[in-house]
Amino acid sequence: MSGVRVLVGTRKGAFILTSDEKREKWDVSGPHFAGWELYHLKGSPLNPDRIYASQSSGWFGQIIQRSDDGGKTWATPGSTPEDLVSPMGWPQGESNKFTYHGVPGTHQWYDGTQHPWEFKRVWHLEPSLFEPDTVYAGVEDAALFKSTDAGKTWDELSGLRQHDTGPKWQPGAGGMCLHTVLQDPTDKNKIHVAISAAGCFRTDDGGKSWKPTNHGLKSQFMPDPEAEVGHCVHRIALHPSKPNVLFMQKHWDIMRSDDYGDNWVEVSGNLPTDFGFPIDVHAHEPETIYVVPIKSDSEHFVPDGKLRVYRSKTGGNEWEALTNGLPQKDCYVNVLRSAMCVDSLDSCGVYFGTTGGQVYASADSGDNWSPIVRDLPAVLSVEVQTLQ
Amino acid sequence: MIKVYLPTHLRTLAGIDGDVELEVMSPVTMTSVLNKLETVYPMLRGTIRDHVTLKRRSWLRFFACKQDISHDSPDEPLPDAIVSGDEPLMIVGAIAGG
Repeated sequence: MSGVRVLVGTRKGAFILTSDEKREKWDVSGPHFAGWELYHLKGSPLNPDRIYASQSSGWFGQIIQRSDDGGKTWATPGSTPEDLVSPMGWPQGESNKFTYHGVPGTHQWYDGTQHPWEFKRVWHLEPSLFEPDTVYAGVEDAALFKSTDAGKTWDELSGLRQHDTGPKWQPGAGGMCLHTVLQDPTDKNKIHVAISAAGCFRTDDGGKSWKPTNHGLKSQFMPDPEAEVGHCVHRIALHPSKPNVLFMQKHWDIMRSDDYGDNWVEVSGNLPTDFGFPIDVHAHEPETIYVVPIKSDSEHFVPDGKLRVYRSKTGGNEWEALTNGLPQKDCYVNVLRSAMCVDSLDSCGVYFGTTGGQVYASADSGDNWSPIVRDLPAVLSVEVQTLQ
Repeated sequence: MIKVYLPTHLRTLAGIDGDVELEVMSPVTMTSVLNKLETVYPMLRGTIRDHVTLKRRSWLRFFACKQDISHDSPDEPLPDAIVSGDEPLMIVGAIAGG
C-alpha cells in the first residue's frame, strides 16, 4: 500500500508524521532529538529508509544524524558500534566536521565591513538523485559540502565559496546561509544553490566551478539593485520534467527562469504581497506553483490575520487564494523557506508548517486543508517522502 | 578512574546513563581526558571542543573541585581529587532560560 512520511524539523526536535494514501489519519512520532534545533531532515530518493537530519544547538554545535530504517532509529554516521570496530580506524566521529578549504577569507557583514567566514550550522541536506551514499550539505556561513560515504565525512566544494564575488556576499536576518540545493534530474553535474543574501549559483561540472545566476533580479536594499550578487533569494524550486524552468521566492518578488537560471522575470502578478519564504511546484503539473505571501519583511506574518496559500496554474502571474480549512482570522504565523513540500501520489499532496507549530496537509493539490498537528514547536522545515 | 559529568544532551547523544568513568594515562589533563572521552564516544567529537582548533566551545564550562577551570590551560594537570576519582570532572552547559 502506498503512503507518505512527512519529516518535520522544529526549534525543539524532529517529528515524523505518517499516513496511508488517503492522508486522513496520521501517526505522529517524536520528538526525536528533543530540545535540539532540527533545521532540516530529508530522505534519500534512492533509498526511502535512509533519512538524514541536521541537529544543532548553540551549546554543542552541529550534529548529523542518519536513519537507515525510516526514522525508527538514528545514529551519527561513523559512530555506530560497527564503525568503531572497523579495521579502517579513523576517521570516526567526523560526521559533524565541516572545515572550509584553505583560508576561509571574509564576506560582507551587516554594517558593510568584512567579516571572517565561520561555520555555524547545516541548513539543508540534499541526498543525491544518482548515488546512494552521496549527500550534499548547505551550511552557514554559506558553503556547499559533499559526502560520498553517507555522511561519515564531508568535503567542501570550495569553488563556490571561493568565487570572486564571495567578499560581496552578506548575511540576511537568519544568517548567511546556503539554504537550497537543487539537482537537475537529467544531468548529475548540474546543481543549483541559493544563498541569503548572495543569490543563486549554478555548477555545470559537478561542483568544481560556479556562476552566479541572478540576471533579472532587482533588490532595492543594495546600492546597485541589479548587481550580480547580493540578492536575498529565499527559495528556488523546479519540476523534474522541466529542469530548465526554475521558480524563485525572493525576499520580495516571485521570479521565473526558463533557461536554468540564466535570466529571470517577475511573475508576482496579482498576489496580495510578493514577500514570502517557500515556493514549490505541483508533482504532476509543472506550471502549477505554490507560495505563502507574508505581509512584509518587517512583520513576518500573514496579511490580515489570514493564512492563505496561493496557487498559480499558469507558472506565475495569475494566482488564486487557497483557504479551505486554513484559519481566516486572528492568525499571525510565518511559514519558513524550507517548510513547504509536495508528495507525488496521484492526487498531489501539499504540506506546510508554521512558526506557530501547525503542520497542514492538503491531499487534493491545495483545494482543501486540514492540520495534521497543531501544537508542535516552531516549524523550521517540512519534507515528505512518497512511499510505494 | 576519572569520573566525567556530561550535560544531559551529550549523555543522550552518546547513549550514556549517569557519569562516565574513564581510565586515563598520567599526566591527567583536560586534553587527555577529552581525548579519551572522544575515543570511547566519537559521536561527542566537535560537541565539547572544536574539531580542528581543539578550543572549548564557548557555551560550555569545565569545573573541577568547585573551581572553574574553563580558562586554564588544557594541558595543566588536573587536581588530585579528579585523578583519584573522588571528585567528578564537570562539563557544564552555560545556563539556559528566560
